[in-house]
Amino acid sequence: MLGSILISLAGRRPNLREGITLATALLLLLGTILLLPTILAGARPSLALWSLMPGLEIAFQVEPLGMLFALIASSLWVVNSIYSIGYMRANREENQTQFYVCFALALAATMGIAFSANLLTLFIFYEILTLVTYPLVTHHGTQAARDGGRTYVGILLGTSIVFFTPALILIWLVAGTTDFVPGGILHGQLGHAGMAGLLALIVFGLAKAALMPVHRWLPAAMVAPTPVSALLHAVAVVKAGVFSVLKVVVYIFGANNLAEAGLAGAADWLVVLAGFSIVAASVVALFADNLKRRLAYSTISQLSYVTMSAAILAPLSLIGAALHIAAHAVAKITLFFAAGAIYTAAHKTEVSQLDGIGRRMPWTMVAFSIGAISMIGLPPAVGFISKWYMLSGAMAAEHWLVVAVIALSTLLNAGYFLPIVYRAFFLPPRAEEADHPHGEAPVLMVVALCLTASATLLLFLFPDLPLALARQAIIF
Amino acid sequence: MSLSAHLPALQVVLPLIAAPLTVLLRRGQLPYLLALTASWLALAISLQLWVQVDQGGTISYAIGKWPPPWGIEYRVDRLTAFVLVLVSGMAALALPYSRDSIAHEIPHEQHYLFYTMFVLCLTGLLGITITGDAFNVFVFLEISSLSTYVLIALGKHRRSLLAAYQYLILGTIGATFIVIGIGLLYLMTGTLNIADMGRRLADVQGTRPVLAALAFLTVGISLKLALFPLHHWLPNAYAYAPSVVAAFLAATATKVAVYVLLRFYFSVFGATQIFTELPMQEMMLLLALSGMFVASAIAIFQSDLKRLFAYSSVAQIGYIILGLSFGSATGLTATIVHLFNHGVTKGAIFLLLGLVTLSVGGTSLARVHGLGKRSPLLSLGLVICGLSLIGVPGTAGFISKWYLLLAALQTGHWWLVALIVMSSLLAVVYVWRFVEVSYFREPRKDLADPSPLPLGMVIPSALLVIATVYFGLDTSFTIGSAQQAAELLWRACVEFVCSHAIDPGLPAGASVGQHTDQPGRSAAQFA
Repeated sequence: MLGSILISLAGRRPNLREGITLATALLLLLGTILLLPTILAGARPSLALWSLMPGLEIAFQVEPLGMLFALIASSLWVVNSIYSIGYMRANREENQTQFYVCFALALAATMGIAFSANLLTLFIFYEILTLVTYPLVTHHGTQAARDGGRTYVGILLGTSIVFFTPALILIWLVAGTTDFVPGGILHGQLGHAGMAGLLALIVFGLAKAALMPVHRWLPAAMVAPTPVSALLHAVAVVKAGVFSVLKVVVYIFGANNLAEAGLAGAADWLVVLAGFSIVAASVVALFADNLKRRLAYSTISQLSYVTMSAAILAPLSLIGAALHIAAHAVAKITLFFAAGAIYTAAHKTEVSQLDGIGRRMPWTMVAFSIGAISMIGLPPAVGFISKWYMLSGAMAAEHWLVVAVIALSTLLNAGYFLPIVYRAFFLPPRAEEADHPHGEAPVLMVVALCLTASATLLLFLFPDLPLALARQAIIF
Repeated sequence: MSLSAHLPALQVVLPLIAAPLTVLLRRGQLPYLLALTASWLALAISLQLWVQVDQGGTISYAIGKWPPPWGIEYRVDRLTAFVLVLVSGMAALALPYSRDSIAHEIPHEQHYLFYTMFVLCLTGLLGITITGDAFNVFVFLEISSLSTYVLIALGKHRRSLLAAYQYLILGTIGATFIVIGIGLLYLMTGTLNIADMGRRLADVQGTRPVLAALAFLTVGISLKLALFPLHHWLPNAYAYAPSVVAAFLAATATKVAVYVLLRFYFSVFGATQIFTELPMQEMMLLLALSGMFVASAIAIFQSDLKRLFAYSSVAQIGYIILGLSFGSATGLTATIVHLFNHGVTKGAIFLLLGLVTLSVGGTSLARVHGLGKRSPLLSLGLVICGLSLIGVPGTAGFISKWYLLLAALQTGHWWLVALIVMSSLLAVVYVWRFVEVSYFREPRKDLADPSPLPLGMVIPSALLVIATVYFGLDTSFTIGSAQQAAELLWRACVEFVCSHAIDPGLPAGASVGQHTDQPGRSAAQFA
């Protein structure tokens, strides 16, 4: 079973053309889906590759959280491949081969993160992910791309070296293992301050989770072509960050462990910081005129929901965090697809240029609206469900600050998304644009974004699968 | 006696004989073939020695059957075997590379001279490593140094001569200091055998001549291993020597000097109280740290790749010495592992830089514009090695850094952890300078279209790049050897007088061998 995935991991490297990309994407999805019943039945297939250092192995294990993440990433990769073929052709980008190869490698690294059986393996794939996405971010090769890439690598590589490596070694030193074990491996070896410090090293070391103040790489990465922003910076890379945070909290620290040891307070500062990130990033998004930049800051804010809920340590909010990874993924990829479609069809990048665009690109903008509704957390989109769990968790834990933050940020979300929808559908197009007629983007792109938009709705109606996986991981 | 019993002698004697032969048979391809044979045989012998030591423990070989400590002893323990493999392995890779490389860099009539000097240098380095006799160390050190001066001077740049001269002066001072140190020790102990010297030194420790010997040896060897601030000869030597020489030197010469330092510190002075009474650890720590930061910072501002990576070498030597200064078995393991890993990585880098020179006519940053487009694989190789210098997981450098950080955490040096990771960031900066120039600039217009590079140069370089990744993924050879070597050195030290020496803060007996496989145990003390 796992072999099928690994073969596809290795086999995807020499991809040259879109066909192969699509085929491997489908194959990967198939492999992941085939694994699904096994996981739901409670089995945990694992595979130890080889020993890196005495007692430290590179090993994979499929467990529910990783399964959830892998499912999201692999299914969205299929859609994204369809989309990027349309995008790359329509915009006549250069170096397409390099683009697809790096893309496949990035997905391989993401799968590695999803299925890693210990923190060391996770770390290795985490770094690989940074390095293979660097060529994608700097795809255009311009000065702006170079500067963006510099920030990207500087922050991601820098934080993981400075914070994560020592944290990893410390965990190994203290616990004697880095394996992911349900219930955690730290049983009070470190005191209150030690735990808080270690958590800080981890959270800032995993800068892909884009917690302020290590969030700056994400807006910088927006110089990349839109499919990259869509999949990597809405799904693979940032989700790798929050997924890792979640995995560390659940399997290394162990939420129950922390609570029992009376150390739950060790994570309090993180709740506050994440809450601050949510609000601050939303405010920045409110004033950003560039559409991709607004989406990027929205991502930062949404990711901090996950971090914050993970830091509350209550089971319900952990489930909410896991669900939110899925919910945000489908919704945000829709939004980015829409932004890319707008750029391809109309060459517009600023929010203020979007007056009346909904009449010319109805499919795109309807999909955009669905994504926006999910972001705000309204039914009938999946964002509502994850927000529901996170709120219940916060209330159960009597974290009133969190409740207030979620409420406030919901308002802010509405504040920066609804005007776009309003402009697109209710304002008349600007007069000077009358002589630049354009319709929808290429058909492949529209199909892709409709797919993800409908997924956003479908997951609201049928949230059983991700919910079951999240439950399995958190409540054993 | 079977041949295998004489392997320690053959290890040195074979290349030693090959050297004059290359002068006698100077015509055509003969010197090359001879040198190649000698280096490959040396590699085979050292691998065989490694296996023998791994199975049977330390080998002692009496030259001319004069029993030590009267006769000259060749002594192969785990550390020796490990370093021998590194040195002969690098030579075995550098020689095939050299044929095509020197064809472009050295006048034809001097080719035989290159091979002679190269083989002599190899002899010297192997000799230093294998001998168990202190004066012999000096003799072989001179053999390797003198041949190195010639090798550097063979560079086609006019500044090669100056670089060689600079190294000659500083190297001679270093060698003189070393021989003075050895002389003082001989004076006080009446023996030249290293093991014997260690035993006898306990009686006369603390006397002024012994302290002076320690000082002379430390400074002399530090000059040889280019410990900051005694590194001034190194950047010029690496930058202006022929490419293959730079690669060989970067990978082996400084590493062998580190080996000599370990030998003297642990096998000779290890049995004394000197390290507890003198602030040696603090001094080493300070020098290592300043080397890591200052040299990395200088590397950032270099405009030539060879000089950039030469300064990076000085910084990396800082890491090697840093491991030493922790005063723990894990720190020692980090030193030995990094000695090997950095040798492989830097060897790969300088071999690749030789290819770069061939491809674009120089290694200044302005020349390598657009290398990523011109020769993608070459550029990728350099990036991979650069990542190893940074210490990204999956490369050899990560393993070294892991052990360094582990040692720092075990001994409770929190601030050192911070400093080590900060200095890695400097490495990110200088490596990324290359990345950006290589991938974001257009190739120079005045260059001819890329012609295929000679396979003789490509294959050894590629092998070393692969090794850089391989030793980052499979560490059974490197970590296994280094751990055992470190334990052996450490135990030799602990068994004598100083059961609580080196670091009074650490229960030395408990630290040997236990925490390396059971981190949980020493964690109690740590927490």
